[in-house]
Amino acid sequence: MTATSRKIPWALMVFVAALFVPAAGSRYYTFLANDVIIWALFATSLNLLVGYTGLVSFGHAAYFGIGAYATGILMKKVGVSFLLAFPAAGIIAGLFALVFGFFCVRLTRIYFAMLTLAFAQIVWAICFKWNEVTGGEQGMPEIPYPDFGWVDRVAAFLPFLGGYRTAEHFYFVTLVLVAACFVLLRRVVGSPFGRMLATIRENPERAEFIGVNVRRYELAAFVLAGGFAGLAGGLFGIFNRGVFPDFAYWTKSSEVLIMTLLGGMGAFFGPALGAAVLIWLNQQIVSYTEYWPLVLGTILVVLLFVFPGGIAGTLMALRQRVRRGPARA
Amino acid sequence: MPDLSFVFAQSISGLTAAMFLFLIASGLSLIFGVLRVLNFAHGTFYMLGAYSAYQVVQWLGTGPVSFWIAALGAALGVALLGGIIERFLFQRLYGKEELYQLLFTYALVLILGDVAKIIWGTQQKSISRPPGLTGAMSVLGATIPYYNLFIILLGPAIALGFWFALQRTRVGRFIRAAALDRETLGALGVNVNALYTGVFVLASFLGGLGGALITPMRAIVPGMDTEVIVEAFVVVVIGGLGSFWGTFLGALIYGQVLSFGILFFPRFSIFSIFALMAAVLIIRPWGLLGRPLK
Repeated sequence: MTATSRKIPWALMVFVAALFVPAAGSRYYTFLANDVIIWALFATSLNLLVGYTGLVSFGHAAYFGIGAYATGILMKKVGVSFLLAFPAAGIIAGLFALVFGFFCVRLTRIYFAMLTLAFAQIVWAICFKWNEVTGGEQGMPEIPYPDFGWVDRVAAFLPFLGGYRTAEHFYFVTLVLVAACFVLLRRVVGSPFGRMLATIRENPERAEFIGVNVRRYELAAFVLAGGFAGLAGGLFGIFNRGVFPDFAYWTKSSEVLIMTLLGGMGAFFGPALGAAVLIWLNQQIVSYTEYWPLVLGTILVVLLFVFPGGIAGTLMALRQRVRRGPARA
Repeated sequence: MPDLSFVFAQSISGLTAAMFLFLIASGLSLIFGVLRVLNFAHGTFYMLGAYSAYQVVQWLGTGPVSFWIAALGAALGVALLGGIIERFLFQRLYGKEELYQLLFTYALVLILGDVAKIIWGTQQKSISRPPGLTGAMSVLGATIPYYNLFIILLGPAIALGFWFALQRTRVGRFIRAAALDRETLGALGVNVNALYTGVFVLASFLGGLGGALITPMRAIVPGMDTEVIVEAFVVVVIGGLGSFWGTFLGALIYGQVLSFGILFFPRFSIFSIFALMAAVLIIRPWGLLGRPLK
């Protein structure tokens, strides 16, 4: 790594650029960017399991859904402020992840994937049927936005804050909160704990031999991933103006897996990139055809057979080839 | 307390549902037992079976045997499709990570689901019961359609045939051996790749047949694929993935819990199924009759 001195702070640049989306772009672009940011967090939380720890969860939507319902119920039915309801989404989803994960990490590989899927279906069934609390099949529409009254008071002193609509205020809140989550996740991944997860992914038996409690580490990763997925869900419920049982359905779990794979599981920001590309593509394609699943499935097949490293993996391979110069024949 | 005839009618309807699910879930279980892949596309094969049967009936009109030709033709067509997919695509993913295999089967769900929409549209389709099985009989005060009886008998018949094939034939022995140790079987000179293709074809046939046979009882609609795969998944998880009689038992339990669950807790019957599955997974992760894997 000789090139670290001229490393470009991409993440910071993207963050700053994202701050100007509402001012520069239309309402539509703000909406799209907001969608991308939330899914980016959801996909990155999943990558903590799939990419870093090597645990294929096929039920990650459960924690997204739990987070969405937690925030939705607290804000709409209990009248709790967003300041409490948002962290509650992460904590409640994390607690569920602790209970479900306790059983899941006892199993390996495909059995792990199936048990995560089974628990996610249970969560979905509860959301779908428990009318009194979750609104059942109809879901819970009209989740209120956080109270942005304070922005106008502050705007009296800082004029650049004024003049935005509520949806745009929420966009800024999402952006800052997700950025904070990314900083935290990055810390986790780079910490000794994160390195140990990678060790477990590469060789769980060896990790066990050197005295690591593999299950406990896996459970910790599961809880963290579930917690951050819950935070993403909490934001998404408000953004979507409603929470619905299909947030926790198994097809949602596979959607977020596809994002993660498309972006590239080997890079920290790969899944976020995957979320951005997939949501943008979706917006482009649905204006031409109603057969988005067909396109998505085809992309997925090409990805699996031709570019298994995803966008980030392919870019990194290309960069290495360029650095080395033309191949010697 | 509900009266006897009602309880009897409920248990028969549960049994019918169970035998359908057994047909479909046995294919899912077979693929998992041998290939160690959870095939999400199995529900799609079921849906394609239903649509193909509808198509053939449209071509043939309502003759005395057209339904049976349609059902068999649909199952064979789906089996062929399964074989092609396995031979030319899926086979390249063996030995890769489970994630890739899982997502490939999901890609099939997305692609084939839309292809079905393009061909048959989104309007719901239906087929009438085959002539000869349109009536119903009365037992203990409950009315049981002949077609349900036919399905209830067909399920165990296929189960027995299957069991016999797996236990007594040479290919059946190979399939059981492949489930235990594919490397050793390959080293002994068996063409494991061809065996896998065969298993995939057989499983797709069962899925397609299940779809074709359900058409007189349920409407054919887009989305029936993702719905049934979850049901089949629950059945095999309860009974034990890869275990043949486990799948049978799982289907029986599923059918009864669902039909009596509706009776006693109308809103939570789906939930009771998933709760049962969770309990099984926690106590015996390999299912009631399955075997733990090292």
